[in-house]
Amino acid sequence: MVKNTINKAHEAKEDYLEDSSKKRKIVIPGEIIVSGEDYLPGDGARREGENVLANHYGLAEELGRVIKVIPITGAFIPRRNNVVIGRVTNITFNGWLIDIDSASSGFLPIEESPRFINKSEMNQFLAIGEVIAAKIWSINTRGIDLTLKGKGLGKLEGGFIFRVSPNRVPRIIGREGSMINLIKENTSCNITVGQNGWVWIKGESIESEIKARKAIEFVTEKVYINGLTEKMEEWLREN
Amino acid sequence: MALKRPSGRKADELRQMTAKVGVIPNADGSAIFAFGNTVAIAAVYGPRQLHPQHMQDPSSGILRCNYDLLSFSVNERKKPGPSRRSQEISKVTEWALLPVLNLEEFPNTVIDVQIYIIQADAGTRTAGINAASLALAHAGIPMKNLICSVAVGKQNKDIIVDLDKEEEDFEEGEGATDFPIAKIANTNQFTLLQLDGKIPPERVKEALEFANKACEEIYQVQKKALKEVIEK
Repeated sequence: MVKNTINKAHEAKEDYLEDSSKKRKIVIPGEIIVSGEDYLPGDGARREGENVLANHYGLAEELGRVIKVIPITGAFIPRRNNVVIGRVTNITFNGWLIDIDSASSGFLPIEESPRFINKSEMNQFLAIGEVIAAKIWSINTRGIDLTLKGKGLGKLEGGFIFRVSPNRVPRIIGREGSMINLIKENTSCNITVGQNGWVWIKGESIESEIKARKAIEFVTEKVYINGLTEKMEEWLREN
Repeated sequence: MALKRPSGRKADELRQMTAKVGVIPNADGSAIFAFGNTVAIAAVYGPRQLHPQHMQDPSSGILRCNYDLLSFSVNERKKPGPSRRSQEISKVTEWALLPVLNLEEFPNTVIDVQIYIIQADAGTRTAGINAASLALAHAGIPMKNLICSVAVGKQNKDIIVDLDKEEEDFEEGEGATDFPIAKIANTNQFTLLQLDGKIPPERVKEALEFANKACEEIYQVQKKALKEVIEK
């Protein structure tokens, strides 16, 4: 029963996965993923009578009884605790407005900065156009609240920023940061990847920064291949 | 008397269809869809912040479609820019797509759909709806199902499907009828019904059956386009 739902073409590739209980296939909106009362619809799936259907386009994944659909394209949808990279667009009397490349802009209240800041000196800490790495603290109807309190958060100085598809970010980071750490070690660059798809790189030389960028772009192109970390090691040796 | 279409097709035969997604790198979702010589490109941007602010809806996101027939798409150069016709088609496209979208997840936002007809040979609104449906799916927007759209019509007394320009301009006998239809894939729910010309009420059912069959074919083309995007 469970076997029948696997896309045969993908079966061979699945052998690479360490976690072989995960089964993936591409689904389109309204497509029946599995049928039967045994399954529970998770994120991006819904139940209609006997069947579990996809709610959006993506990769369907079976985790035990739960079926979920992982988006592979589209805009960034902010979630709580996401680390994002954003640019200061405005300074208000009690905080900063941050463009985080999503439908609503982020707000960083003055109390959420890591140290005390006098309200008259806000633009000395963060001026318009400067870039920060921040964490999404809460999402409500008024907007997105950010915080700078946490490890690795704060103002980003020097280096450069480029954008990748937000859906590729989990692959760039890898399992428990394996991929990003590999790139960091091999290029000796500082890299911060925001969940909104903005990537900040700062290294000792332009060459190493460019290498890091190319490595990340290599990962974003090869998203559907398994065993990517090994391929990345190979790529880093060659370049 | 046997039916003779100028294109030599059978009554229920569609033109050669092509579909591809991900054609515009800077859009959140994009698609190209073609019925023979009619080619439509659709790009989806969003969900993103909606301005002017008074249009924002706190209970749900809104859909904004823009259909444009580009000036070089027809034989006689079309004056560029919006027209009465393009505004009307934008609106009916919006209504055709809205029933499958779940926009409650994105309050105060807008999803922009830009549809450009780069080559026109009749049936542009239906090609546009098919492309837009693909582009919305490609943008990862929550949808109940895909939308399939086709024009059925009547050439004199014969019901035919997917008219091209020559068939639309047919003038003998009762002339030609254009009957564009959009429906939710794999259901019997229609989201667009327009009629230009004459059709006896008792034959509408026959026309809808033609549309059902054609939409099934279109759905397969759309499905294939979305599934083969992986692995470049």
